[in-house]
Amino acid sequence: MTTLLAVNGITKRFGAVTVLDGVSLDVRPGEIHALLGANGAGKSTLCRIISGLLASDEGSMRLAERAYAPRSKQAAERAGVQIVQQELNQVRTLTVAENIYLTRLPNVCGVVRPRRLAQQARRVLDHFGLNDVDTDTVMGTLGVGRQQMVEIATALDRQCRLLILDEPTAALSGGETQRLFQRLRTMRDQGIGIIYISHRLDEVAQLSDRITVLRDGQAVCTRPTSSLSTDQMVDLMAGAASGQQHAFRSFATDQTMLRVENLSAGMVRDVSFSVRRGERLGIAGLVGSGRTELLRAVFGADPAQGGTVQIGAGRPRLFSQPSQAVAAGLAMVTEDRKHSGLLLRQSIRSNTTINSLGRRFASFGIIRRQRESQAAQTMAAQLDTKCNHIEQMVGTLSGGNQQKVAISKWLVRDAEVFFFDEPTRGIDVAARRRIYRLIESLAEAGKAVVIVSSDLDELLETSDRIGVMSAGKWVDDFARGSWSAEQIMRAAFAGYRDAETVA
Amino acid sequence: MITKQMKGTVAQYGGLLTALALLILVFSLRTDSFFQLGTARLIANQIPELTLLAVGMTLVLLIGQIDLSVGSVMALAGAVLGVLMAKHDWSLGAAVLAGLATAAACGWTTGAISIWFRIPSFIVSLGMLQIARGATRRLLESKTLTIGSDIAVISEPLPGIGLSPAFLIAIVAVFAAQFLISGTVFGRYCVAIGTNAEAVRMSGIRTAPYAITVFVISGLLCGLAALAPTSLMEAADPGAGNGIELSAIAACVIGGTSLMGGRGNAISTFLGVLVIAVLQTGLSRMSVEDANKQIVTGVVIIIAVLIDTVRRNWEKSAS
Repeated sequence: MTTLLAVNGITKRFGAVTVLDGVSLDVRPGEIHALLGANGAGKSTLCRIISGLLASDEGSMRLAERAYAPRSKQAAERAGVQIVQQELNQVRTLTVAENIYLTRLPNVCGVVRPRRLAQQARRVLDHFGLNDVDTDTVMGTLGVGRQQMVEIATALDRQCRLLILDEPTAALSGGETQRLFQRLRTMRDQGIGIIYISHRLDEVAQLSDRITVLRDGQAVCTRPTSSLSTDQMVDLMAGAASGQQHAFRSFATDQTMLRVENLSAGMVRDVSFSVRRGERLGIAGLVGSGRTELLRAVFGADPAQGGTVQIGAGRPRLFSQPSQAVAAGLAMVTEDRKHSGLLLRQSIRSNTTINSLGRRFASFGIIRRQRESQAAQTMAAQLDTKCNHIEQMVGTLSGGNQQKVAISKWLVRDAEVFFFDEPTRGIDVAARRRIYRLIESLAEAGKAVVIVSSDLDELLETSDRIGVMSAGKWVDDFARGSWSAEQIMRAAFAGYRDAETVA
Repeated sequence: MITKQMKGTVAQYGGLLTALALLILVFSLRTDSFFQLGTARLIANQIPELTLLAVGMTLVLLIGQIDLSVGSVMALAGAVLGVLMAKHDWSLGAAVLAGLATAAACGWTTGAISIWFRIPSFIVSLGMLQIARGATRRLLESKTLTIGSDIAVISEPLPGIGLSPAFLIAIVAVFAAQFLISGTVFGRYCVAIGTNAEAVRMSGIRTAPYAITVFVISGLLCGLAALAPTSLMEAADPGAGNGIELSAIAACVIGGTSLMGGRGNAISTFLGVLVIAVLQTGLSRMSVEDANKQIVTGVVIIIAVLIDTVRRNWEKSAS
């Protein structure tokens, strides 16, 4: 069988840390090759090397039987290698069309030809089924999922022999994901080689032909997908110690801790719900159904138009600032950790203690450095945050470890009600298990927990009860034991059907 | 423990100290009169003004803002002080307090408007620059106002140590600001706000009061800085501190403060001030023409920042 890309003994070190250690891999034309591995196993680094974003320290590559050592992303693209990275790489202030053709705007002597641009962009979008996205829309006004779709459509439109997708579905809804898979299969059938990274094992099982597992910077094995169950995949990624699912234990009491009444904010219409001490409430819904908006309005991050929020025995009120919500006992681990969760250019220590400095680590406004460092150290050890030391910049950590830091600041601060918005987005299986355990221990300690997730399996595994939002409304509530995934999915679409009949 | 701390200090300030030593060495070799105690005293008497302004600027840059009005606000504080002392017979102490209050009010206004209404502080402080300068000229009727010798004590060397109170105030301000940045909750919040204000807000910390306070502190430092030129000249000058905001920003940047916010150090800023002052004094001693002096100063600023950036990138890739 022919080989499209042959990677031979690639090694990459960052300082003293070896991220990739003699990794070899082969991708055939016309196959979807999945890359699996825990956080920091080296998947993204390997892809960055293949796509010319990073140079390897040792090893060689061959592309279509020719020596291949791209010095830049452009060089890789010329050789026929395209990458869609985990992070969005778009200019938010430009239009969709301008973003699609950013590096090759149709022009005459430097003057852009807007008609031609719009036509070409329209074709790219339609080709990918994005008929409802206007080419003149400013990128930043689209939702994250839509932005991701445009980015993928852009990459798929360019001529390539090898396509690399790094966690492309993290922000996509189920329908969008299926549409993407369809396109990928078509491309495969045209003889294009595809490297696909995802933490969603069911996706990998459904889509890929072969799987290569990376663990601690080494390639563990390459197997045909059909020969592996998802449990076996987890075992391979985790190594000897496999992440076993353990039975759900409920810690819910009958004491109401958070009561939200008739809350309206932006697209969120008249939502009421409550959470009890020790209870874990999951909120399901499609991307764009208003789940994040609901949490943000309760937390005081966005203004609400009406309704009340009551915590414990406090008076029902609305928070106009997150500071008020935090003072009342709310904590929120945000969806977007780079933008609103973390201080990327600061140390793990600073990030861990930022919102409890005044309460726990200072006297008369002067920071007690020793105490602060100790707390950060303890947190890092407790959550198993992989880092060299606590003075390391958070921006240099892998996604899962960044998330642990984002959570740890709330653990240090402590609260009565914890909001988790997409707590495991882009995080590997091992770190995910660690975070589930953590959420469980919060419930055990009598905290009320609310989890918003696009991953229904996640909610089914972690929640006592699942509420469903649809088109800004709270449509249904399911208790553990009396739910099914089908029921929940049906409820998630309910609001959109209603909306049509009303309109 | 001590050695580790010293190692850290050398790593932090080593580059700037080396640059400073090199400058001093060059000027000492090129002119006979440079390497003397007298030169040091001269520089020490020149720098309080710029030091105080630059320290305030460091804090403002730290939270990711900028204040272009510091030179004019300093002039206004000097004018208020001068008018009250010369025309209304206020005592030195009372007049100084009035000057400080005026400057703090200017700082608060700039800060409150840019923070509350989310207008770039670059623009608001540019407006304040004009307003404060206009107000200064109005108060002084565009003429230099002689205050009298009461105020001179602030710049007169104290017996025994040979340093003026103005210089001592500036030094105290440098260390106080450094402690504020690195040792207090307030300072940590400032660094955090400069790094990612939205993340700070979502952590449950109200950012506006801290950001506005920083502008007020910068204003107060302008008020203090006003003491230096007025006491040296024994007069309030409507043109005082014209364009000095750019030197203050240069001193901060030479000291490694980031214009993007989130990184700043008052001691490094002070070393930046020294680099500028030594350069100015040395070039004067060499009788370099003013035009050439400006060119050399500009080149040095760019080289200093270039070296700092290259070093930082190198450290980043090494770690």
